[in-house]
Amino acid sequence: MKSRLTRFAASVVLGSALAVGAGSISTSAQEYGGELRLVVGSKIPSYDGHIESTFGMIHPIRPFYSMLIRVNPDNPSSPTDFVCDLCVGDVPEPTNDGKTYTFKIRQGVTFQDGTPLTSADIKATFDKIAFPPEGVASNRKAYFKMIDSIEAPDDETVVFNLKFASGTFIPSVAMPFNFIYAKKDLDEHGYKWHQTNINGSGPFHFVEHVQGSHVSGVKNPNYYHEGKPYLDGYRAISAPKMSVRLQAIRGGQADIEFRGFPPRARDDLVKALGDQIEVQESDWNCVLIVTPNHKVKPFDDPRVRQALSLAIDRAGGSKYLSQIAIVKTVGGIGFPGHPISSTPEYLEKNIIGYGSDVEANRERAKELLKEAGHENLKFTLHNRGVDQPYKVVGTWLIDQWKRIGLDVEQWVQPSTPFYATLRTKKDFDVSLDFNCQAVVNPIADISKFLPSGGANYSDFEDQQLEDLYIELLQTGDPAKQRELFAAYEKRVLNDLASQFITLWWYKINPYRSYVKGWKIAPSHYLNQSLENIWIDQAEYKKQLGG
Amino acid sequence: MYSYIVKRLLILLPTLIGAAILVFLLLRLVPGDVCLLRFGGEGGYADPEQIRLCQERLGLDQPIFFQFVDYMVGFFTLDLGVSMWTAQPVTEEIGIRFGLSLQIAIMATLVSVIIALPLGVISAAKQNTPTDYFVRAFSIAGIAMPSFWLGILIILGLLIGSQAFFGRPWMPPIDYVPIWVDPWYNLSALIWPALATGYRYSAVATRMTRSAMLEVLHEDYVRTARAKGLIEKVIINKHALKNAMLPVVTIIGIEFAFLMGGLVVTEQVFNLNGLGKLFVESVTQSDYTLTQALVMLVVAIFVLVNFLVDIMYAWLDPRIRYN
Repeated sequence: MKSRLTRFAASVVLGSALAVGAGSISTSAQEYGGELRLVVGSKIPSYDGHIESTFGMIHPIRPFYSMLIRVNPDNPSSPTDFVCDLCVGDVPEPTNDGKTYTFKIRQGVTFQDGTPLTSADIKATFDKIAFPPEGVASNRKAYFKMIDSIEAPDDETVVFNLKFASGTFIPSVAMPFNFIYAKKDLDEHGYKWHQTNINGSGPFHFVEHVQGSHVSGVKNPNYYHEGKPYLDGYRAISAPKMSVRLQAIRGGQADIEFRGFPPRARDDLVKALGDQIEVQESDWNCVLIVTPNHKVKPFDDPRVRQALSLAIDRAGGSKYLSQIAIVKTVGGIGFPGHPISSTPEYLEKNIIGYGSDVEANRERAKELLKEAGHENLKFTLHNRGVDQPYKVVGTWLIDQWKRIGLDVEQWVQPSTPFYATLRTKKDFDVSLDFNCQAVVNPIADISKFLPSGGANYSDFEDQQLEDLYIELLQTGDPAKQRELFAAYEKRVLNDLASQFITLWWYKINPYRSYVKGWKIAPSHYLNQSLENIWIDQAEYKKQLGG
Repeated sequence: MYSYIVKRLLILLPTLIGAAILVFLLLRLVPGDVCLLRFGGEGGYADPEQIRLCQERLGLDQPIFFQFVDYMVGFFTLDLGVSMWTAQPVTEEIGIRFGLSLQIAIMATLVSVIIALPLGVISAAKQNTPTDYFVRAFSIAGIAMPSFWLGILIILGLLIGSQAFFGRPWMPPIDYVPIWVDPWYNLSALIWPALATGYRYSAVATRMTRSAMLEVLHEDYVRTARAKGLIEKVIINKHALKNAMLPVVTIIGIEFAFLMGGLVVTEQVFNLNGLGKLFVESVTQSDYTLTQALVMLVVAIFVLVNFLVDIMYAWLDPRIRYN
């Protein structure tokens, strides 16, 4: 455990050093003024963070809101560094055997309409998220199943009483969707008002939203983090086509895009603009998963599923695919680099399909197929009609499986029928699926592999896996957590091979070099308050003129 | 003339109803719905209860027949409903984009007419001369080249050209500002797509003008005019051009209607917040209400433009209304 933590600390230091090398941390003093123009590749369904799950809402709307706690904006690459936003001091340590968290709330904070923010607003917000009334939607209430009650004994204090100690509580509270709403708005206008209205206490005030065009905001003059934000305002421009977003940065119509570009786009921008482009890169908390349908023969046979996993040369794929697609890192079911996740060395020794001798893996795969009586298996790989990275990885997988004698065709569908097939029709052999989360919260994130988790489309049951997960969820001790996590991972990837991992995504953000202060996080949902960002005016004028 | 107009108007209604039924049925053939995509499309956890509530709110849990009845009632009462993705009224969603699409359509039509009429007439008047060959090559190139591809070339040309000449790459603005707010900004964004689409549009109209003019110029009354000693300019402008305009007006009308909703790819290339881009988004998001309304809008525009073209026919050629 100690060596893993040491390696993790080293990776954080190395990551920070790389970010410094990329020029993300300016050594000069921050400047005030200017408008940031960001391009967003997805549409806003509503403004309500509590029900939405798209970055198309987070990127333009998050800067209007505050959080109770958040991923440290000065160190967002760390998956374990959480800091107070509306609370004061450090993120509280739990009391009562890990079952009580007491937050002291910052005073003097106001919403855009001038209403003072108190602990009652925090309580009302989390009551809405965790205990929505009948008929009211809340997309993340499952993350807060450990909460027993929330109290606001006075204006400055919020107490969360948990049913059991849980390692997922703090990361869940830090999720960027947990916008803090005014209790007054919820009481007076109801729970759906925030879907179409904005009244936050974040670094920027809402100005306008023109559907399909842009959202604009101006600096909140009363923002509570001293000296911030640096920008006078921002304009989030909707641009669904990646080529438009790319050319907009190149052609001076936009400064930055926060979701990420493929390697080729980065290279094109750097080639065209040289040192006028900065690049930050990071592992990404999204992973492509192969999901066999256990109800379809022969994928009900674990030997067949294990053979499919054994055929994949993950290290080789990482080397070549990372040059053309937004995937790179080889990992297990947990975010690579997180203290609870398995190290590459552990995976290589203990998990099937991760051994370095690819030929031996494939020989074993052929043996398993022969044992199962499916040496020349033919099947269809169901995939989503999106190039990056689905179709690229799907094509690569087919090649990998051909090497053990399998005949695989790719069945590509647009997003809507793709999800209908995966979730309701279930008429697929093997499908690519993905797990993409905001805050790195491995214990919650791996519920994706749980049969009863609500997002597992392999269609199987396994009580041992369910029991392991419940035990993991209710354990506060980090060493015990790691032990249970490893057992869960082995059950998923080895014993059952119920699903298996291809490659983790890799985030690449090229942007104009006059944009300073932004630091990449392992998710495109994180660190999007824009309060640390500032414009180097001299560099801006040099690049774009007066 | 009035009975002619009334007859044409009566034909419009069954066309619109037929289109409404067809679009409803075709959309439901694709499996899946907007709720599955909206809450689970980015790989995160999607609460099943939330998906159920969404389907209930949008009426997607109802049998298709009830959804159809609801839709047709809305159709006959002109209630287009709300977008399934944004929950904003469909009329508002369309209204925001309509101005931009209309402006592009008008600008492209102007570009087209300014190019097509003179070139078509000159080409016909100077048939089988180098001028005619050049005009024909120019127009064939316009037909062969998709407008979105020309749009891509224009953007790349602007990026590369501006970097070469001014030291910094420039591309047209990617957000829309109405022309009455900032005319310069508006035109610097819209002139390029108007040129890209107007060129293709002009190519079709040029060829139509040329062939119609050639046909008219061989008519007996033109020969008579020449025999009477009228100068060629008067013959072409006063006698031939008006009579050659019938098919040209048809083409211009149909192309205009097409531009109002058909600039699907070009609007994406230039990131224009118009009806074409909205169309793509509504289809990919399975936003039935919005897609249905957009299809009906395009059908209505086509029907209306055809109606106006028919009326213009009758005005240009009295034989049509008397028959």
